[in-house]
Amino acid sequence: MTYTDYLTGDPVVDTKAPKGPINERWDKRRFEAKLVNPANRRKHTVIVVGTGLAGGSAGATLAEQGYHVVQFCYQDSPRRAHSIAAQGGINAAKNYRNDGDSVHRLFYDTVKGGDFRARESNVHRLAQISVEIIDQCVAQGVPFAREYGGLLDTRSFGGVQVSRTFYARGQTGQQLLLGAYQALSRQIAAGNVEMHPRTEMLDLIVIDGRARGIVARDLITGKVDTYFADAVVLASGGYGNVFYLSTNAMNSNATAVWRAHRRGAYFANPCFTQIHPTCIPRTGDHQSKLTLMSESLRNDGRIWVPKAKGDTRPANQIPEDERDYYLERIYPSFGNLVPRDIASRAAKNVCDEGRGVGPGGQGVYLDFADAIKRMGRKAVEAKYGNLFDMYHRITDEDPYEVPMRIYPAVHYTMGGLWVDYDLQTTVPGLFAIGEANFSDHGANRLGASALMQGLADGYFVLPATINDYLAKNPKLETVTDTHPVVKEVLSETEDRITRLLSVDGDRTPDSFHREVGELMWEFCGMARSDSGLRKALERIPQIREEFWRRIKVPGTGEEFNQSLEKANRIVDYLELAELMCLDALHRSESCGGHFREESQTPDGEAARKDDEFSYAAAWEFNGTGEAPTLHKEDLVFEYVHPTQRSYA
Amino acid sequence: MKLTLRVWRQKNADAEGAMSTYEVDNISSDMSFLEMLDTLNEELILRGEDPVAFDHDCREGICGACSLVINGDAHGPERTTTCQLHMRSFKDGDTIDIEPWRAAAFPVIKDLVVDRSAFDRIIQAGGYITAPTGSAPEAHATPVPKPDADLAFEHAECIGCGACVAACPNGAAMLFTSAKVNHLNVLPQGAPERETRVLDMVAQMDEEGFGGCTLTGECATACPKGIPLVSITGMNKEWLRATRKVKR
Amino acid sequence: MARTVWDSSVGKKTVMAVSGLIMLSYLVVHMLGNLKIFFGSDEFNGYAHWLRTIGEPFMHYEWTLWLVRIVLVVAVIAHGVSAYQLSRRDIKARPSKYVHKKPRASYATRTMRWGGIILALFIVWHILDLTTGTVHSGGFQEGRPYQNVVDTFSTWYGNTIYIVAVLAVGMHIRHGFWSAAQTLGAGSRARDRALKAVANVLALVLTCGFLAVPVGVMTGVVS
Repeated sequence: MTYTDYLTGDPVVDTKAPKGPINERWDKRRFEAKLVNPANRRKHTVIVVGTGLAGGSAGATLAEQGYHVVQFCYQDSPRRAHSIAAQGGINAAKNYRNDGDSVHRLFYDTVKGGDFRARESNVHRLAQISVEIIDQCVAQGVPFAREYGGLLDTRSFGGVQVSRTFYARGQTGQQLLLGAYQALSRQIAAGNVEMHPRTEMLDLIVIDGRARGIVARDLITGKVDTYFADAVVLASGGYGNVFYLSTNAMNSNATAVWRAHRRGAYFANPCFTQIHPTCIPRTGDHQSKLTLMSESLRNDGRIWVPKAKGDTRPANQIPEDERDYYLERIYPSFGNLVPRDIASRAAKNVCDEGRGVGPGGQGVYLDFADAIKRMGRKAVEAKYGNLFDMYHRITDEDPYEVPMRIYPAVHYTMGGLWVDYDLQTTVPGLFAIGEANFSDHGANRLGASALMQGLADGYFVLPATINDYLAKNPKLETVTDTHPVVKEVLSETEDRITRLLSVDGDRTPDSFHREVGELMWEFCGMARSDSGLRKALERIPQIREEFWRRIKVPGTGEEFNQSLEKANRIVDYLELAELMCLDALHRSESCGGHFREESQTPDGEAARKDDEFSYAAAWEFNGTGEAPTLHKEDLVFEYVHPTQRSYA
Repeated sequence: MKLTLRVWRQKNADAEGAMSTYEVDNISSDMSFLEMLDTLNEELILRGEDPVAFDHDCREGICGACSLVINGDAHGPERTTTCQLHMRSFKDGDTIDIEPWRAAAFPVIKDLVVDRSAFDRIIQAGGYITAPTGSAPEAHATPVPKPDADLAFEHAECIGCGACVAACPNGAAMLFTSAKVNHLNVLPQGAPERETRVLDMVAQMDEEGFGGCTLTGECATACPKGIPLVSITGMNKEWLRATRKVKR
Repeated sequence: MARTVWDSSVGKKTVMAVSGLIMLSYLVVHMLGNLKIFFGSDEFNGYAHWLRTIGEPFMHYEWTLWLVRIVLVVAVIAHGVSAYQLSRRDIKARPSKYVHKKPRASYATRTMRWGGIILALFIVWHILDLTTGTVHSGGFQEGRPYQNVVDTFSTWYGNTIYIVAVLAVGMHIRHGFWSAAQTLGAGSRARDRALKAVANVLALVLTCGFLAVPVGVMTGVVS
């Protein structure tokens, strides 16, 4: 049986979301959930992997509640998690602008923006909690932008028509993360959180069907160790680095979620990846990563390409009537503020037509000339100064003088571990929060919603729902290193490391990463087709085979060894990539960030097939290279009725 | 372009370190400095040598992981992070010296990688506002005057990279500590812990073995985020105020 | 509180700033008093005598002067001990130097440490020379400071030691005054230029004022 002949298993059902009116469900769930007596909480240990917005806020909050938290991050400090790089802002249905915003509108926008592939209950809860997040962050001292009256400023973002995005210049993610990091630091100082920086999770320990701990490697000494707990929370982020070039941090990786998947957690919608429209184009083969320019730039910048193909004149010599402001032309009501997937695909289309600008024709202009004329250079500087500086530094071009060049890049992964309403995976006791889970964004995430989801999960959702699990499992058996399962998991991890070091081939880890990344970008990137995906699915096992034959990892396992870290992550990418392609292949519709060339309207828009694909695809692992089992979670839309998205 | 690199190599924390010389060729001026080092490492791996260890992550100038002293300057010749430094700042044929942050409080782990956990402990000592989740009042309950909010933001921009310590002839962490003290102390939310915060953070800073401030200004010059030297003055003021107010 | 201050690096800097400012104000008065030498030996010697009788009849002869001396000795010791301890701490905090060396910091900043040592040695010599007369070049006469000063500045080494020390004072004050303002939290972005200007003027005025005396002797204006 080949990999593409996947099996279809029983449907997967979210048993935790209460029925009833949607705006009462979260209250109802919180009331129904069992509680752990505060005095008993310190007897429970919870492992949290990752210290980004979701993990940092969850670790701090769980510790505040009295749990004993053991937390991990691969970075040298919890403050460096990649949430820090988020620029634009965080959404909240505060309606401070009195512009018609409400919890219901944020809920509606998110479900619609996700192209009707998200779960209504989860999204509504997210919209409800959004309001509390802002309060919480302000109380922590997050220096959001303010107006002269001393009140919070907001701006609008792609895919919506209200101004609900709170921001801290172009460093919102940094400021929110530092807020969570500081809360976490307080708990570390208080002895409630045992922090392990420079320690990477390499496997999950599942005993009697429950997540009971992890195997992790101390990146300084190389020592592989086991850690036990009553519940494990994965907040390890997304898997965009499968593409090699992405806006993710260099060391962001999929190992934690993929290892959990191998141990029984279903992986949902792996093909749903977001390609961000406003990144700085690549300059050559040496490129190691891509840099995002905040989407907020689209508020005032105008996107265009020359009308004529192969027009190589400098931007300022192309007269107004020879420019094609294609987003404003095709989508007059949203203009430059269409959702990310639409903006990205439109950029790809004009470049494919041969109208792209810059080296290799892989770019479009994002022009601020009008904004500078209208608002004055000073105002533009105040709003976007740091982004302009960053662009200038990277490209050596002054965006105040010449238009920026942008091109789409992999940015975020909507897919992730399947979780129920409680954010619990299919492995009891294993929870996934933030970008690591699949829950809230459907097939496309709206701008400024990732920060919202990460903090909602970490500050408010998980701390409420994990109680229920711990209360119902008050006396789990004590696990030690002598347990046969633990011994087995530990020795598998050690064997993998030994094997990586012993191949001593002739190719570097990066060369494999680049190869699989380029393959994925070509066949599982902005546009996907049956034939392309099949090509990729044929090639990936070959790369995997070659990897284990030719990989060269210098040094030993008992030392600080960055090549080993990389190689070990690539092992997992080479399996995950295969599942992404299979998921993309099986979903022969277009929706959100997933565009199948076979499924488009006559004018080239994504065509959804609700009768066939209105479900989340949760995959069960059956072995490396073995056909996985598909479990469908049917999506029921009671409040937002699926329509073909229109931003025209 | 073709470059000669002299790189600090040190096997581990206990080993003796020394400068090693490497030649790299075909370096594009569009490369970032770290991409240039990637190129070197790819070659070293294929030659069967140990690649140069260096910290890096986001490569967009915000995570604060990268930490190289290039030709004697923390983060190199431009006012930015190492990851945002591009090879166009160098000339064909240049010899470039690359060293780790050097300070007693930042021991070397390997090659160019140092241990900056002392910074985390300074934050743990008081660099936060006690606001347990769920306890927050409505965000608009306390307006913050825009100048105060802007000032707080300016200090909150610190990325904790440690360039200030690396550049300081005394290995002092005053700029890092003062950035957090000023960020939180200027806000009304930070007022209740204003005194204990600065006293505890300064005490922890001393405890970690950082040097004292002689106001040479090297820290502010090296800071990729432009935290101003006057930030230190602000912290001194807060500290003196706190010693008067708090009986210890 | 005293413990908190003394144990902290910021506190020790405060001690340095306060003691430095005390010495600085003394230097201003001292320099102004020195200039009386240009008005003849009677006025100068009279001034010296008056210094010993300040506060009479409430104070006994030389009581006020000794009070000032005690304050100054305490300031010097506090300044010196803090400086020594802070320097030890600073050197320990940076045990290994960069292989690639760069010229760093301004001249005034770099001269603080050895400038301070020069000044400490100078103060000892200066007191032994003109207060106690122990190492005085000519026949030291108690109560005749005018003649004593002229004697000192009639030797090449007296002039050399003094001029080097005064230049060191100038540089020390130039960075020290501004630095003390920062340590005491008096600096701000708006005030920075003004503070630097005051520091420069103080340094210049004191340097010139103190140099005036040996120059006066050397040129024969004072004899």
